[in-house]
Amino acid sequence: MEIKKTSLNKLHQSNNAKFVEFAGYEMPIQYSKGIIEEHKFTRSNSGIFDVSHMGQLFIYGDESLTEELEKIFPLDLKNLKQNCSKYSFLMNEDAGIYDDLIITKIKEGYLIILNAACKDQDFEILSNLLGPKFKMNLDNNRSLIAIQGPKSVEILNSILNGVDQLNFMTGNWFDSDNQKLFVTRSGYTGEDGFEISISNDKAEKFVENLIEKGAQLIGLGARDTLRMEAGLCLYGHELDINKTPVEANLRWAISKSRLSNGGFIGSKKIMNQMQDGASQIRVGIKPEGRLIAREKTKIFDDTDKQIGEITSGTFGPSVNGPIAMGYVDKEFSKVDTKILLEVRGKKHPANVCALPFYKKNYVKGVN
Amino acid sequence: MSEVKFSKEHEWITLEGDVATIGITKHATEMLGDIVFAELPEKGSNVEKDGTAGVVESTKAASDVYTPVSGEVVDTNQSIVDDPAIINEDPEGGAWFFKLKIKDISELDTLMNKEEYDKFAKETSN
Repeated sequence: MEIKKTSLNKLHQSNNAKFVEFAGYEMPIQYSKGIIEEHKFTRSNSGIFDVSHMGQLFIYGDESLTEELEKIFPLDLKNLKQNCSKYSFLMNEDAGIYDDLIITKIKEGYLIILNAACKDQDFEILSNLLGPKFKMNLDNNRSLIAIQGPKSVEILNSILNGVDQLNFMTGNWFDSDNQKLFVTRSGYTGEDGFEISISNDKAEKFVENLIEKGAQLIGLGARDTLRMEAGLCLYGHELDINKTPVEANLRWAISKSRLSNGGFIGSKKIMNQMQDGASQIRVGIKPEGRLIAREKTKIFDDTDKQIGEITSGTFGPSVNGPIAMGYVDKEFSKVDTKILLEVRGKKHPANVCALPFYKKNYVKGVN
Repeated sequence: MSEVKFSKEHEWITLEGDVATIGITKHATEMLGDIVFAELPEKGSNVEKDGTAGVVESTKAASDVYTPVSGEVVDTNQSIVDDPAIINEDPEGGAWFFKLKIKDISELDTLMNKEEYDKFAKETSN
């Protein structure tokens, strides 16, 4: 299969990107400054991320669509206001996660942002569940650009006046260059920021404008270290079809009002696990010293019994030390529990710790 | 000091008497990206040509460091363990990895000179 390119591919090239294949797309892993510089620039200034490989699924419909979607997602969509977003999951009957996503109620229906590697499968699953009644468009004509970091609000507002008035996890349509952009205040870095849905033919010029105002392009490498410091899950690592939201320690994303009656896919399992607890749970892990424990590193207790596995691990540039996330048996999930990580045949001490590793700077509400 | 020689695994080596100093090349550090962790062989241990003699990790991944010649480890550079970033800053100078008392000087003949290595690095990175 031919590798796909986003509408910003030329711009990445002219900014000396190193490319990797990710979910069938040629994506920039880093630019000339490198992951650590890019990471720190995002935390102190404003980083631009091309996330156009992600799926933008528009589903059109009225209250009857809301009713149907409530049979799928563990959300109180009836009480979700227009232009408000929620983090959620597409699950199977066993509450195994097909994908994690952001769903936003828009005037015309819903906009769902899906992971690149999952989007085609998600589309099929949702089409089958919803049937032909609702028009669905997995829009390949739009790019998705994230701008993240403390200076992002000022920079983006100078181009799209009014985005500074958006609250966290809300969005709206804005006009620029004779077209409509959908902007949400959200992100994946632990910083204040925005995601902008823009038509492919306008994307490059728009990003060049952001760069002129002082923002810089940031690759997927720093996106990964930033999200890990923020304690956020990455599908295919922390989340997959064999993990449930309760096991992933994401109970907060399940609407309380949906727990009494269920009625969404996977609700039985979720309700059971909410009551009895899950046997394994996702935790933050800090190795002692400088040791980095990567994905698939085995976790042991002090009697040599394996109690879990790392799902992501790296060096956190802002934390200035190694960080990891993984699943451990629930009796080892308390903060400050001592565990051992097997790296290159030797066991190294580590501690279970609270997430995030890096404190968030999200803007909670401006209004 | 002898001419600098290079291995296909992107190590450099210089010889003074029968003691070799070994590190990783600038090209290797550029391929790896920001280095955030280094592990060195134990002093007094014996290492075999082309065997593992350390680890470097970047933000992206871990890579083994090999020794281009056999010998006994007589010194290691603790400063790169304490501050791995200097490997990116000065890979072919201050950020050497370990020193070996070499066993067989003829093993050096299998290695590349600078011109050969630069050509090799260029060819293999594309």
